[in-house]
Amino acid sequence: MTSFSRNPKDFWTGIIYIVFGTAAIILARDYGMGTALKMGPAYFPTVLSVLLILIGIISLVRSFIRPGTPIGRYAFKGLLLVTASTILFGIIIRGAGLVIALPLLVIVSSYASKQFRWKHSLAMSVGLTAFCILIFLEGLGLPLPILGSWFGR
Amino acid sequence: MELLANLGLGLSTAFTLVNLLYCFAGVFLGTLIGVLPGLGPTATIAMLLPITFTLPPVSALIMLAGIYYGSQYGGSTTSILINVPGEAASVVTTLDGYQMARQGRAGVALATAAIASFFAGTVATLLLALFAPPLAEFALKFGPADYFSLMVLGLLASVVLAQGSLLHAIGMVVLGLLLGLVGTDVNSGAQRFSFGMPQLADGIGFVVVAMGMFGLAEIIRNLEREEDRTSAVTKITNLMPTKEDWKRMVWPILRGTTIGSALGILPGSGSILGAFAAYSIEKKVSKHSAEFGKGAIEGVAAPESANNAGAQTSFIPMLTLGIPSNPVMALMVGAMIIQGIQPGPSVMVEQPALFWGIIVSMWIGNLFLIVLNLPMIGMWVRIVMVPYQYLFPAILVFCTIGVFSLKNTEFDIYFMALFGVLGYAFTKLDCEPAPMLLAFILGPMMEEYLRRALLLSRGDPMVFLKRPISATLLALGVLAIIAASIPALYRKREEAFRGD
Repeated sequence: MTSFSRNPKDFWTGIIYIVFGTAAIILARDYGMGTALKMGPAYFPTVLSVLLILIGIISLVRSFIRPGTPIGRYAFKGLLLVTASTILFGIIIRGAGLVIALPLLVIVSSYASKQFRWKHSLAMSVGLTAFCILIFLEGLGLPLPILGSWFGR
Repeated sequence: MELLANLGLGLSTAFTLVNLLYCFAGVFLGTLIGVLPGLGPTATIAMLLPITFTLPPVSALIMLAGIYYGSQYGGSTTSILINVPGEAASVVTTLDGYQMARQGRAGVALATAAIASFFAGTVATLLLALFAPPLAEFALKFGPADYFSLMVLGLLASVVLAQGSLLHAIGMVVLGLLLGLVGTDVNSGAQRFSFGMPQLADGIGFVVVAMGMFGLAEIIRNLEREEDRTSAVTKITNLMPTKEDWKRMVWPILRGTTIGSALGILPGSGSILGAFAAYSIEKKVSKHSAEFGKGAIEGVAAPESANNAGAQTSFIPMLTLGIPSNPVMALMVGAMIIQGIQPGPSVMVEQPALFWGIIVSMWIGNLFLIVLNLPMIGMWVRIVMVPYQYLFPAILVFCTIGVFSLKNTEFDIYFMALFGVLGYAFTKLDCEPAPMLLAFILGPMMEEYLRRALLLSRGDPMVFLKRPISATLLALGVLAIIAASIPALYRKREEAFRGD
């Protein structure tokens, strides 16, 4: 991945900026430009997108000239588990309710740690669920379902 | 005297049982998250924002403010005891604070940090009370072009302060501005970048972005180097500084407070720049400059007073102009809007009790903090030792519940996850998320002011250079960027950030 560019950080940042900028210009085409005097909804976004693409190009060109440090190792396990557990919570919160969604969030995410122990994780999920029900539902009255629609609530 | 009458009003507002309680809750939470590395004021305030909706406006803002300046106190505790800065602004405190701790003077270092912070907090509160009214009056002279240029200055300043490449930081700002425009265009009613999704009609929620990029991304980043975290805490024996210590800390505290207060007002800055500047200046002027980095008490006193002063004076642009100078202030603006208060120069006139109540509460909060941080230091030390594997699932739970209860939609949870991934990717590429977040909240405002400015000037872009206020602000911004890109200074900036 690093062989073709002397500066992978500059390279990928450049690519990301160019992709975002180009996408924004294409999307903004339909919005109506207007003039400087009477700016349309596309005016400011288009100006910004052009600027972003320019910055992206400079970064990209620079990545072949100025050497930089490699990106370094990724925390794939952490990235995957933290994101997945959060999305899982979103999917099941209405159906299953807090008493199931919350322990799952805690257990799945805590698996990302190198020090993961089932016993600790289970204890923590019980403790945090109790704490959240007490504080957020009883104390602050936030509208969260304790048991969801799958249980006929 | 008007000032006294105003402070009196503030005192009577802040000194009710309820507000004292929320002030205490704020500084307590602030110290707690300051002590816990991996959880900063931005994520915490974002998490608590949905809850503040149920509180009266004054209590809500007093508590949120307390979290911010409280975190500056707590951040120094971990810097001194375990050489890990609890907050970005306490990075420099590790240099001499930890060395003092290794020499068995941890207690003195903690006491110095607390005393310095308390003094700086008191002075900054007074400055806020003195300068906010004339500044708010001056702000009434601001036209759309001037507001636009002020925001440009703020964003450029945040670029200069960002870690990593200047170019990437500018890109992050532009990207943030673009993301801020998602949703309904207020002028034409057109839907922009919403992909036909009704959930995006109001734009992407600021809290959602903040929690994703600062809450989730931070957790993933910490998991990456989990084993690096030490939990060897230094023993604390004697808290009391000696007579010699007192003598040596007086001037650094005075200088640190001055530098921190001045730099805190600058848009885009907050507490971090002040701490760095105060440390490097102290190192230059001190008689004991050879001791710096080896446990000089000046190296704790100066940056600790500066970061606390800066945290408080950074409220000035937010309270007087309605323009946030950093992500935390942007959240404060969000909290005011939730409560139905439009931030700006009129807040002081229309809501004097709120305005002065917040200011006076800061001084009371500082008093609480010195009690919390000196006699009760033992409790915080125990919290420092909580292993990260127990901490991060809890942070994740609070983020998720917070973001869900904001609008009661799971859609926001998915977006938070998305911004978590994006935020992590950007930090891996040395692109700091703070400037993007600031740009994100300023985006719609900037477009509106640009539109108005050009409408008034009949489409002539020279209006930004013709108006003296606007021209001055833009010149300052350009100067900051030029200064930061001069090779010699650029290296200095890199060094300063590599301090940890």
